[in-house]
Amino acid sequence: MDAILLQILNGLDKGSAYALIALGLTLIFGTLGVVNFAHGALFMIGAFCAVTLQRLFGLSFETIDETQTDFLGNPLKVKTPYVEAWFGPDFGATIIDWSVPLAILFAIPVMLVIGYVMERGLIKHFYKRPHADQILVTFGLAIVLQEVIKYYYGANPIQTPAPDALSGVMQVLPGVVYPVWRVVYFCFAVLVIGGVFAFLQFTTFGMVVRAGMADRETVGLLGIDIDKRFTLMFGLAAAVAGLAGVMYGPINAPNYHMGMDFLVLSFVVVVVGGMGSLPGAVLAGFLLGILESFASTTWATTTIPGINQIIIYLVAIIILLTRPRGLMGRKGVME
Amino acid sequence: MFGLEKKDSLLLLIVAILTMCAPFILNPFPTDSGLAQFNAGYPDLMQRFVIFGIFAIGFNILFGLTGYLSFGHAAFLGVGSYSAVWMFKLLSMNIIPAIVLSVIIAGLFALVIGYVSLRRTGIYFSILTLAFAQMSFALAYSVLTPITNGETGLQLTLSDPRVLGVSATEDGSIPVTNLFGAEMRSAMDVAMGPWTFTFSVGYYVCAVAMLLAFYLSIRIFRSPFGMMLRAIKSNQTRMNYTGLNPRPYTLAAFVISGMYAGLAGGLMAAMDPLAGAERMQWTASGEVVLMTILGGAGTLIGPVLGAGLIKYFENIFSKINDNVLHGWFAFMPDGIEDFMVTLVHPFVGKGWHLTLGIMFMLVVIFLPGGLVEGGQRIGRMIRGRKARDAKSTATKPAE
Repeated sequence: MDAILLQILNGLDKGSAYALIALGLTLIFGTLGVVNFAHGALFMIGAFCAVTLQRLFGLSFETIDETQTDFLGNPLKVKTPYVEAWFGPDFGATIIDWSVPLAILFAIPVMLVIGYVMERGLIKHFYKRPHADQILVTFGLAIVLQEVIKYYYGANPIQTPAPDALSGVMQVLPGVVYPVWRVVYFCFAVLVIGGVFAFLQFTTFGMVVRAGMADRETVGLLGIDIDKRFTLMFGLAAAVAGLAGVMYGPINAPNYHMGMDFLVLSFVVVVVGGMGSLPGAVLAGFLLGILESFASTTWATTTIPGINQIIIYLVAIIILLTRPRGLMGRKGVME
Repeated sequence: MFGLEKKDSLLLLIVAILTMCAPFILNPFPTDSGLAQFNAGYPDLMQRFVIFGIFAIGFNILFGLTGYLSFGHAAFLGVGSYSAVWMFKLLSMNIIPAIVLSVIIAGLFALVIGYVSLRRTGIYFSILTLAFAQMSFALAYSVLTPITNGETGLQLTLSDPRVLGVSATEDGSIPVTNLFGAEMRSAMDVAMGPWTFTFSVGYYVCAVAMLLAFYLSIRIFRSPFGMMLRAIKSNQTRMNYTGLNPRPYTLAAFVISGMYAGLAGGLMAAMDPLAGAERMQWTASGEVVLMTILGGAGTLIGPVLGAGLIKYFENIFSKINDNVLHGWFAFMPDGIEDFMVTLVHPFVGKGWHLTLGIMFMLVVIFLPGGLVEGGQRIGRMIRGRKARDAKSTATKPAE
């Protein structure tokens, strides 16, 4: 029983990442009808927001500390981060330590702007073009973004540790210990997903957007500037992907190709959940994450070797062939 | 000529001349000059040009004609490579049986995947092929290690039981791949004045294979079968209403393009007898998509151009480092020189992928017909006035 619970828990953090990326992806698809292959790159940029903040906080100046000497008796140089100098050593150190969660505040405006610019500058011109063109141009954009990141941050993974307070393990249930940060990530994902749903469900803006998803033309005829709202939704989707990336850093050190790695999987998630269905994307994200962690157990890998590597694709193929609209998709979307 | 129209046979002739004279054409700069690094006339690179040309020609038969965007074609390339290396290990070092086997196996593999994937269209088809390719990659990497040798990749060893031929040569090394005795890696250097031209057996074998592949693709493009594929691309629903089942045609196109990929994989293994799982990863499939689009999907010559361009970039552009850049801008004042170098630096050398990505985006946005369409536009501009009349009659790539 504990073993099963542990596997479910194990799957949750990966599932959260899948669900968040897929949520944004399907939001873009549902509103704008665009297949965005650059969405993984947005996830990666989010992760690098945390890296950037960590570096900014880490900026330091050197001073000579007379109290410390090396073995020759010369005074040693010590590095003091500006943040510690400004806010006092204790408070400054705390800020540095909390750079990953603080990056959320930094990432939201950055991702909104990136999403807005991307939609206005590029995606806008591709509404009328076939899906293959959309895939191709966003694939090109993904390559460009990835290379820019690689140029500025290098090709190696960059460690972005969680705050000390959240980096240990905790006892989730009697007998089950689990890394704190993964629990935090899951809770954060649930919060963000809940926030997006609440935003769409309970605000006038969300109501208009939902109406626009159902029938864009009629909403436009009612005198509402639906295009502007959809652009904002693109920004929101980018922000969701970015937030998923920001908090994912401590679980897996950010590197420049993490976007492409997640892209394929998140597309599979979207398709399994049903294109354009928001609850479907979330459900499929968690489902596939948990399935993957079950398939990684020694019991599963000894019974069917390699099952952990292929389980997601296998599920996707079976779903696509038996139920092409996905778990919760509407009929006739892109068939 | 060979049952082709005048225009097509002219095209084939031009391509034939270009490929046969490639060692000259790709070596425009004298060996000792500073520009020699832009020479692409060495056997390794020329082989890659034509092999990826074959791969892209095959991909174009599926994507250019029927519009099915497959993101999993690298799987067939990988399967082709693996089967060719196994043939070298078990049967003989002659490349003919190896290539035949790789084409057949890749074709069978494509038949299975195509049969399943083609039940869906549009993005669902793309995702299905992607899923299959990633699955094959994962399997080749882990579970199928007895067949694929996992992450090390499949190589020849001294203890291979070659039925026709020897396990090891007399001096104790692994025999090399050959075509009835002509070794693939043997090459002849010809010095003419300051130039050095290299003629390699391997390149010419690949070039002949590409010419055959190109000829076959022209025949497919011009055949009723090709017309049918174009019809499927333009409106599948209408095809259904006229009582035609498009599935056999699309499946045939899928299998043919898979066999092309298998041929490319087999040739790759014939030139350098090893096969690894990386060849099957989805980014490798993305590369062939880039090649085809860049050159011009749906055109005859486009994929070959695209493949050549990308491989040239990958191998030549990536060699430009800061020293070379300083050499280029040396005539400028110091400050401006450094500025120019910093400006260009991200786009060359290790950053050539960035150039590729930007170029690709520009092509998709402004030139949906690829470089071929760009060439046509320039041609029309030069011809000036005629352009206005020509616009209506210009040959458009299949949509």
